Amino acid sequence: MSDIIYKPGHEPHPRETRRIFRNIDRVGYTPSIDSFIKDGGYETLKKVIKTEPASIIDEVKKSGLRGRGGAGFPTGVKWTFIPKGNTKPVYLICNCDESEPGTFKDRFIVHQDPHQLLEGMIIACYAVQAHYAIIYMREEFPEAAKIMRTALKEAEQHHFLGKNILGSGYDLRIILHRGAGAYICGEETGLINSIEGVRPYPRIKPPFFPAAIGLYGCPTIVNNVESLCQVRQVLMRGGEAYATDGAQRSPGTRIIGVSGDVKRPGYYEIISGSITYGELLYDLCGGPREGRTFKAIIPGGASAKVMSCTEVLKGRNPDGSVRKMSIFDVPMDLDSIAQHGSMSGSGGVIVMDDSRSMPEMLRNLNRFFAWESCGQCTPCREGNPWMLKLSERICAGKAAPEDVDLLKSVADNICGRTVCAFGEACSWPVQAFTTKFREEFLARTQPINALKPHNPETAEARKFLSRED
Amino acid sequence: MSSQQEQLPKDAAAAEGKVNVQINGKWYRFPKGTRIADACNSVGIHVPCFCYHPKLSVAGSCRMCLVEQGMPPRLAPGATPTYNDDGYQTIQWMPRAVVACANTVAENMGIRTDGTVCREARRAVLEFLLTNHPLDCPICDQAGECKLQEYTADYGQPSHRFTEAKIKKGKNISIGPRVNLDQERCVLCRRCVRFMKEIVGEEILGVVGRGGHNAIACFPGKTLDSNYSMNVVDICPVGAMTSKDFRFKMRVWFLKSTPTIDTNCGTGTNIFIWSREQQIYRITPRQNDAVNSCWMPDNHRLNYKYINSEKRILTPLVKTDVGAPQRPGAWEPTLRAVSEQLRRCNPKQTAIIVSARLTNEELYLAGNLAQLLGISQLDIVPRSGEPDGMLICADRNPNTTGAKLILDKDGRTLDDIRLGIKNGKIRHLIVIGEDVTAEAAIPESHLSKLDYLLVIDHSETATTRAADVVLPGVTFAEKYGTMVNITGRLQRLNKAIEPLGASRADWDILRSLLQGSGGDMSLLTARAQSPMEILDEIAAQFPAFKGVSWAAVGNSGIPITETGETIPLIEREQTKQ
Amino acid sequence: MTESTDAISALTVEHPSPGKKYYPPFQPTADLEKEAKEYVSMYPEGKELSAVLPIIHMIQGKFGYICPESMSWIAQQCKCTEIHVAGIVSFYPGIRTRCPGKWHIRVCHTIACALSGGEELIGYICEKLGIDPKELSGDEPMGISPDGLWSIEPVECLANCGFGPNLMVNDTLYSQMDKEKVDKLLAEYAEKA
Repeated sequence: MSDIIYKPGHEPHPRETRRIFRNIDRVGYTPSIDSFIKDGGYETLKKVIKTEPASIIDEVKKSGLRGRGGAGFPTGVKWTFIPKGNTKPVYLICNCDESEPGTFKDRFIVHQDPHQLLEGMIIACYAVQAHYAIIYMREEFPEAAKIMRTALKEAEQHHFLGKNILGSGYDLRIILHRGAGAYICGEETGLINSIEGVRPYPRIKPPFFPAAIGLYGCPTIVNNVESLCQVRQVLMRGGEAYATDGAQRSPGTRIIGVSGDVKRPGYYEIISGSITYGELLYDLCGGPREGRTFKAIIPGGASAKVMSCTEVLKGRNPDGSVRKMSIFDVPMDLDSIAQHGSMSGSGGVIVMDDSRSMPEMLRNLNRFFAWESCGQCTPCREGNPWMLKLSERICAGKAAPEDVDLLKSVADNICGRTVCAFGEACSWPVQAFTTKFREEFLARTQPINALKPHNPETAEARKFLSRED
Repeated sequence: MSSQQEQLPKDAAAAEGKVNVQINGKWYRFPKGTRIADACNSVGIHVPCFCYHPKLSVAGSCRMCLVEQGMPPRLAPGATPTYNDDGYQTIQWMPRAVVACANTVAENMGIRTDGTVCREARRAVLEFLLTNHPLDCPICDQAGECKLQEYTADYGQPSHRFTEAKIKKGKNISIGPRVNLDQERCVLCRRCVRFMKEIVGEEILGVVGRGGHNAIACFPGKTLDSNYSMNVVDICPVGAMTSKDFRFKMRVWFLKSTPTIDTNCGTGTNIFIWSREQQIYRITPRQNDAVNSCWMPDNHRLNYKYINSEKRILTPLVKTDVGAPQRPGAWEPTLRAVSEQLRRCNPKQTAIIVSARLTNEELYLAGNLAQLLGISQLDIVPRSGEPDGMLICADRNPNTTGAKLILDKDGRTLDDIRLGIKNGKIRHLIVIGEDVTAEAAIPESHLSKLDYLLVIDHSETATTRAADVVLPGVTFAEKYGTMVNITGRLQRLNKAIEPLGASRADWDILRSLLQGSGGDMSLLTARAQSPMEILDEIAAQFPAFKGVSWAAVGNSGIPITETGETIPLIEREQTKQ
Repeated sequence: MTESTDAISALTVEHPSPGKKYYPPFQPTADLEKEAKEYVSMYPEGKELSAVLPIIHMIQGKFGYICPESMSWIAQQCKCTEIHVAGIVSFYPGIRTRCPGKWHIRVCHTIACALSGGEELIGYICEKLGIDPKELSGDEPMGISPDGLWSIEPVECLANCGFGPNLMVNDTLYSQMDKEKVDKLLAEYAEKA
């Protein structure tokens, strides 16, 4: 739209399609309800609150909308998991614990356009007939918490929230619950435990979804911030229209956050699948920094498997024949990258150029995962500190070549054996880094290190075993 | 026959409310909703686990019980399932293992515990658990009954690959008057946390820290002082929680465990006595879901010191003259003298006070002795206290129900006996297993007025000191017998150690007295040489005991009568289910 | 035999901190209790425990950190035990058991910020403020400047990865930082002192 003027340096790239981020960094746009209403806000709510909740769920199912928190589960299908004939209260939780390194989309929504989220959330609550909803916001967003509290008050004053919303007879209360800096609270059952006021250990599966037994033992729907904003888009455009936009199996727009070694890092809202990783990095982000070349890409947040820019991928031509391609040729939808062994996750793309040392990058990630492991189950609790110590030793040049294999083996032993998906999240990077950049890891090792003690206690014990006097 | 062949196994199982499950290639049938771990264990296929405890909520966090699982393939819409010759669908195995504690069985499910998936998972989990474990088995009390040790031997690997510095945590922390904690040995199964919260109802233990620094802790200023605190030592699969009482006393593999019952109150908690060479080292609860579940109170558990104490009377003691000191005597002459004395006593001036801590067999013999001598004044000493709403009941005698059934006595005539002694109407008194000065409020001055006082007891008390003859009996750990708990359950007492010194089992002494007092031997046939045979006699005579035998009672007991009494902890456990 | 210190001792012992002069000592008052009740009322009836995090945030906001006495007080408000509160407090990195400086700097050192120099920035700030970088390791990594004005804590991901390195001073985010910008920032705050 021509009337939208963005702040200098924040103008969207022509290949972007700003829907969710339409008002982000827009000149004159404030988080106030007036700004939002002037931009057509709450019109969708006014429309759908007169319809049957079931028809909203149908519309969302029809749209093919998939969750934007990372797992990509169909939102409408998730809603139908609430048991039929349920008599307990239903809760809806908005997961605003954005903490996957590389992901930074929800931050802008809650800071600059809180009412967009609220409208989507109220629609979703009405669809699943929740009368109490919680925005679980990470502690590192103190400003956003203030903004959101104001927004909640404004929405209530305008009768979009509270008792008898817009005269429909539907009541809804939304509260804000702040986390306290724990990555594991992004896992939906860990998040629920955090709200319940117990240690936020993820819950044991099954049940695989909290839709049957969630918060306080009641049916609970947990949706990501962007997902809820997309729900508004679905109802605004109609499910069928939404479904035809972009990639068939993951329609709609996607917000991609790019960080690391590109000329123009930042956020980009694109139609799902409309561009490739190459186009994103070279066209939208302006390519590598001066005199550098791209080396590796983490395509979907820190827990996604790293892709080497030189690795040869097998793609399929429309006629079914196989062709060689690289990561730059992979389209940016939810599924394409998964066929090549990684994942698109929550849309955080981390780029590393040829100046970067891969062991150092992995050490950084290992530190993150060792720090964030909740420690509930054995493999993750004991494996992460072990992987960190190994990668620190590799970086310090104190490791032997077999330590690289040991590192990978530890990751293999964690993967698939934990309570929650954190086990995969922490082991995938290790598996991918040590396999795809194995030479770089080996170059930092020396066979003689296998004979040296790696901890002070062993060193002490060796004194008594040596023949030297 | 033909209809049975046509019926598919799934339908046959469904008719019984069961499902068919294949475990390691063999088909079994289990009730719907059975946990995989319980199902496997029930057919003898052991599933190792640290955090899972059948009496506690499922944590699913140790990941030791990972098993390979498979289900029939999901059918395309409209397709019908196909069955093999045995009537089962093919199983599609899943690439990742699932926890056996949190998942339940389903129709046509396959479980494999002998494949690579399962073996590798167990090996990996054990390797992880040992990375930060101090490996101090040589000085750990749990060695020999440590799950980590056992599983490592069974499913672990011979060498370790972890060469980094270990995470340091607290060691030898006194978290309560009876329990010590070693955070480094801990596998963080949280059994202790869940036990205290769910069974005792006190959230006194918790996990603090996060990730690799997680540790069990008790808030400073708070102590784990519940009377059930030592159960956390029992359920701790490793040596993280240790009993202060048992610390460094004995390696467990030197100990013999005897299944028996606790005699501190009417509940009759099932226990193991752990002994070696006539010495008792500890008592632990033994699972019996009708009596004490898996638990026992600390004060009962620790009340064993008197068994090996200095106070024990190890030979018969005889006062040769009025005012003379008691002197050790030999059994046979003493028994003869006592029998002779008993025959001379005027039965109208004689009373017997028996203890409701005696076994049914002993009470039965005591009753016979009274009958033989014509003594009508006989009663037990009731003993009661505050019930704790868990396992300790108000009745602090273990066999009040037995006394009621066999002697038809409940302590109501004790006052008459006390009065009789006071006013001199009772001249002769036989006390079996009680310190009547302390428990029956008969002062020593009254006892000294008696013409004859015979006491059978295992330890020195004010009553034994006043006695003309003391015949050394034994404690509950040194004899066989049966008792009936407050709910009317007949349970067995087993001998853990031989009678100390020259002491003899109380039933043995009573039997000798019966024989020595001559009279009608038909009351006690020659067959009744042992408590087991005496029990047969009781079974023949008392309707409540009809049909019972030593073997039938078994180690878990049998209900023989309705008392209307219940055990609160068991009630709660059953309503929870 | 000596009884060693366990994991919880570190949580429940008063650590000396020069930052304490900038925060009032914890005192349970009727006003605090009223505020806590408001948080409790946000949640469904009988779910007092849910208010534990909001109440902890309130206490930390007012008094800088969670001292042992306040844990007992929080336990009373949420009808739970102290060990439960200690379990929560010790779990979340965002909750402190040591008093920070007047201005608490949180510097992100996760991969995206590390790519743009977040890790080096931590060392630089420590040097500028006279904080020993060794303090930034272990369970609760936090270094406090000798004057108590500043404290620094390396944190994982502030969710602004595209504009790193990021740091927060108390509640305010500063992105795309470098050494010069840090110098300017510290000078600005020092003027306010």
